[in-house]
Amino acid sequence: MDRFSWTTGLLELGETLVVQQRGVRLSDGEEKVKFDSGVLLLSTHRLIWRDQKNHECCIAVPLSQIVFIEEQAAGIGKSAKIVVHLHPASSNKEPGPFQSSKYSYIKLSFKEHGQIEFYRRLSEEITQRRWESMPTGQAMQVNKDSQAGRIRAVGIVGIERKLEEKRKETDKNISEAFEDLSKLMEKAKEMVELSKSIANKIKEKQGDITEDETIRFKSYLLSMGIANPVTRETYGSGTEYHMQLAKQLAGILQTPLEEQGGIMSLTEVYCLVNRARGLELLSPEDLVNACKMLEPLKLPLRLRIFDSGVMVIELQSHNEEEMVAAALETVSEKGSLTADEFAKLVGMSVLLAKERLLLAEKMGHLCRDDSVEGLRFYPNLFLTQS
Amino acid sequence: MHRRGVGAGAIARRKLTEAKYKERGTVLAEDQLAQMSRQLETFRTHLQAFASRHKQEIRRSPEFRLHFQHMCAAIGVDPLASGKGFWAELLGVGDFYYELGVQIIEVCLALRHRNGGLITLEELQQQVLKGRGKFAQDVSADDLLRAIRKLKVLGSGFGIIPVGGTVLVQSVPAELSMDHTVLLQLAEKKGFVTVSEIRDSLNWETERAKQALEHLLKEGMAWLDAQAPAEPQFWLPALFSELHAQDGAAGP
Repeated sequence: MDRFSWTTGLLELGETLVVQQRGVRLSDGEEKVKFDSGVLLLSTHRLIWRDQKNHECCIAVPLSQIVFIEEQAAGIGKSAKIVVHLHPASSNKEPGPFQSSKYSYIKLSFKEHGQIEFYRRLSEEITQRRWESMPTGQAMQVNKDSQAGRIRAVGIVGIERKLEEKRKETDKNISEAFEDLSKLMEKAKEMVELSKSIANKIKEKQGDITEDETIRFKSYLLSMGIANPVTRETYGSGTEYHMQLAKQLAGILQTPLEEQGGIMSLTEVYCLVNRARGLELLSPEDLVNACKMLEPLKLPLRLRIFDSGVMVIELQSHNEEEMVAAALETVSEKGSLTADEFAKLVGMSVLLAKERLLLAEKMGHLCRDDSVEGLRFYPNLFLTQS
Repeated sequence: MHRRGVGAGAIARRKLTEAKYKERGTVLAEDQLAQMSRQLETFRTHLQAFASRHKQEIRRSPEFRLHFQHMCAAIGVDPLASGKGFWAELLGVGDFYYELGVQIIEVCLALRHRNGGLITLEELQQQVLKGRGKFAQDVSADDLLRAIRKLKVLGSGFGIIPVGGTVLVQSVPAELSMDHTVLLQLAEKKGFVTVSEIRDSLNWETERAKQALEHLLKEGMAWLDAQAPAEPQFWLPALFSELHAQDGAAGP
């Protein structure tokens, strides 16, 4: 029994559990020892025994220490046993329960059966010697002092148990979460049904519904995230919320717009506004719906949609057509420009630079040269020199 | 004594009854709206209770988020429609996706000059995670796709193009036809494509292949290697990172 070392019972990296059996007693040779009732675990690297009553009492011996094993059949009043013959303990062995022993073998008594299977598996592992090809992680450095080592082992076993409990608790939480979610969705579904029924009523009445009721209904739909079943328009532009938002935007965007030459793409606005907010961000749809209200509310900004589908916010005072005249000058000075070059020169985003050049082309001021080298714009000499 | 029948009185009475029915109609809608308002309040309370127990789960677990999204879709609810919706307000789902939207826009903008506005979902995910830092929550491919779908409405050309083993994310308003998409799919395996390959695999005439390739070149989504041994190769910078990943796997 002096070949055993105290251990945490945790498997090392690269070590796998093969089989385990409860109700196993250890004996030092022919002599009984206090390891009376425990779980015997076989891994790819070690034989581990853990006391069933006191989980912190845990010892192990490397499989490499095993010379050979024998079976001992059960008898009347006697459990089946495995006799394990061991090499002498190596000098750098970690501290264990026994400093010395007069036997070079130990006996494993299987009080609750399982001996046959265990014997089979143990033979396999000894034959395969998997521990040689699967190097494990650093063995735990335990103090020379066996008592201190034992206390350290106890602490870690405790942590392991806490982790296991936490894992179980997380699993429990997740399944609770899924259950609660299902119940919540049942209720949400009722809301959807109700909104459909109201929408039907509105359809039937064909315009007898008041403006006020429409606005209320839209805001209810907005809260739930239900598409308006009557008009199929997305999420009620024209709710109180979007109107307020539009006014806020007019305030927030005034200065940035002035700094950026009076025009910004909607993606730029989205990033700007949400970065500033930090919390309670706007959805892309919120932004678009609010921007649609800018002009109806006669605010100093407006939403504009180019032919390409690109959406921008402009200052009311901004006149893109005037900017086109300036663009023409710039292009003429340089002879020709691509959208990238123009963007760099003027200090605009490539997206908006391209839109301006396209608009200039649409208005007849610029011509394009579309080649594999890129899209290049020239002053439209046909127009100016005819 | 009551007497039904014709007469000015009867007509007047009928008109009154009709008017009352009309009024009742309005009252009916009123009732339902009031009912909806009450039920909304009740629902809000339930959602609040749910949030106080499971809000963490939404932010922490991509699996739970996915499940949540599926259930919402199944009943016809879009939790991401508005930051003002209950879902965003109480569960914080909104902030998660809208912030992700900002990060996606920024990554795409930063890399546009290199890849012409096309990027693989994997590379996008990598870059976004890098930007979020060590302690930020995990972001799944599904999360990114949902955020991108929401960004479409901003009009700057956000779109999703499936190409065989992966998905390309477009972030520029360039028009990509079926022909262009098919070329992208063909190029996905090796990162590049040649005119002969297109003729052989897709049965196109040379002219059609050239036109489609030229469009990709003009948009900066493809680069031309005219020095390639057999014939010119058209490379997609968007797929470069994917090729590196494959090389890594094939190691010594």
